[in-house]
Amino acid sequence: MKLDLKKLKLRKVNETLQSIDPKRNNKNYTILNPEGNHAICAGLTDDIDITVKGHVGYYCGGMNQNANITVEGNVGTGVAENMMSGKIHVKGNASQSAGATAHGGFLIIDGDASSRCGISMKGIDIVVKGSVGHMSAFMAQSGNLIVCGNAGEALGDSLYETDIYIKGKVKSLGADCIEKKMDNKHLKKLDKLLKKAKLDKVKPKDFKRYGSARKLYNFKIDNVSSY
Amino acid sequence: MCGIVGIYLKSRKFEKDLGKFLSGMLVNMESRGPDSAGFAIYKKEKKEEFKYSICINNLAFEKFKKDISIKMKFSTILKNSDHVILSSKEKPKKILSILNEFKGVSLIGYGKSIEIFKQIGNPRDIVKKFNLENFSGTHGIGHTRMATESAITTDGSHPYSTGSDECLVHNGSLSNHNNLRRDLTKKGVYFKSENDTEVAAGYISNHLSNKKNLKDTLKSGLSDLDGFYTFITGTRKGFAIVRDEIACKPAVVAETKDYVAIASEFQAMAHLPGVNMAKIFEPEPGIVYSWGN
Repeated sequence: MKLDLKKLKLRKVNETLQSIDPKRNNKNYTILNPEGNHAICAGLTDDIDITVKGHVGYYCGGMNQNANITVEGNVGTGVAENMMSGKIHVKGNASQSAGATAHGGFLIIDGDASSRCGISMKGIDIVVKGSVGHMSAFMAQSGNLIVCGNAGEALGDSLYETDIYIKGKVKSLGADCIEKKMDNKHLKKLDKLLKKAKLDKVKPKDFKRYGSARKLYNFKIDNVSSY
Repeated sequence: MCGIVGIYLKSRKFEKDLGKFLSGMLVNMESRGPDSAGFAIYKKEKKEEFKYSICINNLAFEKFKKDISIKMKFSTILKNSDHVILSSKEKPKKILSILNEFKGVSLIGYGKSIEIFKQIGNPRDIVKKFNLENFSGTHGIGHTRMATESAITTDGSHPYSTGSDECLVHNGSLSNHNNLRRDLTKKGVYFKSENDTEVAAGYISNHLSNKKNLKDTLKSGLSDLDGFYTFITGTRKGFAIVRDEIACKPAVVAETKDYVAIASEFQAMAHLPGVNMAKIFEPEPGIVYSWGN
């Protein structure tokens, strides 16, 4: 089913996609003429396939549950923001804060993601085929951020328990983020996620793993007098 | 919030459409700035005269024309809504002192090629009011304002110009503008408002008048201007964009063989011809991008 944003209002398109009757409705949708509109495919809850033909604005696929969204273009700020489950595949580049605060699901970005990719992520898996900008994985709590290109300044600043895997160069690490040993368990996990992103030729051993030094967020009894 | 837009034509193909393109960009940025709007258009210069963009607000045009013709010589005076474009060989300093005698009249900008229009109100109404769609030119920049740092007035609207053929639009806010205003005032820069962006415009013009080029000026601005910003600066030859190093304020660039378009959001440029095939990228933080300069 085709939904043309030149003919339909954005609210109508999102309402259609948010109220799917599994017995009666089509499960495949194409959105035409997105023209940089914000909040396209936000708040979806059903297991449906959507292809967006063009560039979109902010918060595309925000709060997504179950839906499989493909954007054939670039995305603005906060793609997959607070995603719970499902999959979002961006075929172009992503602006800042991709996958912000997302609890689950899978986000693939074929191009680059700019600053603060995976900020405060809480369980999502993000694969960026290009590079990420500064302060990526800032205060990230859980999940995996995989970057096949380079990472900008202050990667993983104030990090909690997210695993970060970078294939290229890291400009600088943020506070409490350190390089960690890649053991078999991590190689296996990385291999699985790369295959899920259809990156069969990319080798897990070419990546470096980064994580939290756990010095910032753990309470130390020695510091009790400071409180 | 605020929305900023700019378009620079690389070829002559779309010169007649420049106003139409810029108008669509401003209207699409209405959601980021409903308080006031403005734009600067650079036209192919024909003569060596200065063009003065003057806002006469509520003053009747005929009266203004009569009064000013007593005080100075000019070749043409053209009315566009509550703005006037005055062409004259007289130097800016003299014009400024003459205009100071008129109450409620302000000089918005001047130069050999630039024309600036700005007013309070919804961007949709502003572009209609000044017939922006009918403008042609080589490049232009525009702004839709959501007021934060100073009042909603014409003088508080963008673009700001403090030097010949120079102008600036800004998305963000500066925190050290009062100190900087004091320093620049001592150096002879004149400010009309309490606005932070006007200070940045004064800073840029001051550097440019000291024979620094635009790129170096904007680079030094990265350490001298404290706050959040994406700036687009226009000069006679082209324009440049720079974002502060934190880069909270958005910007997207679309480049084709015919034009370079800059906007706060992609939706501002979605109506431009061939934009879906354009090279689209976000300017990196702290890096000056410049075209035509």
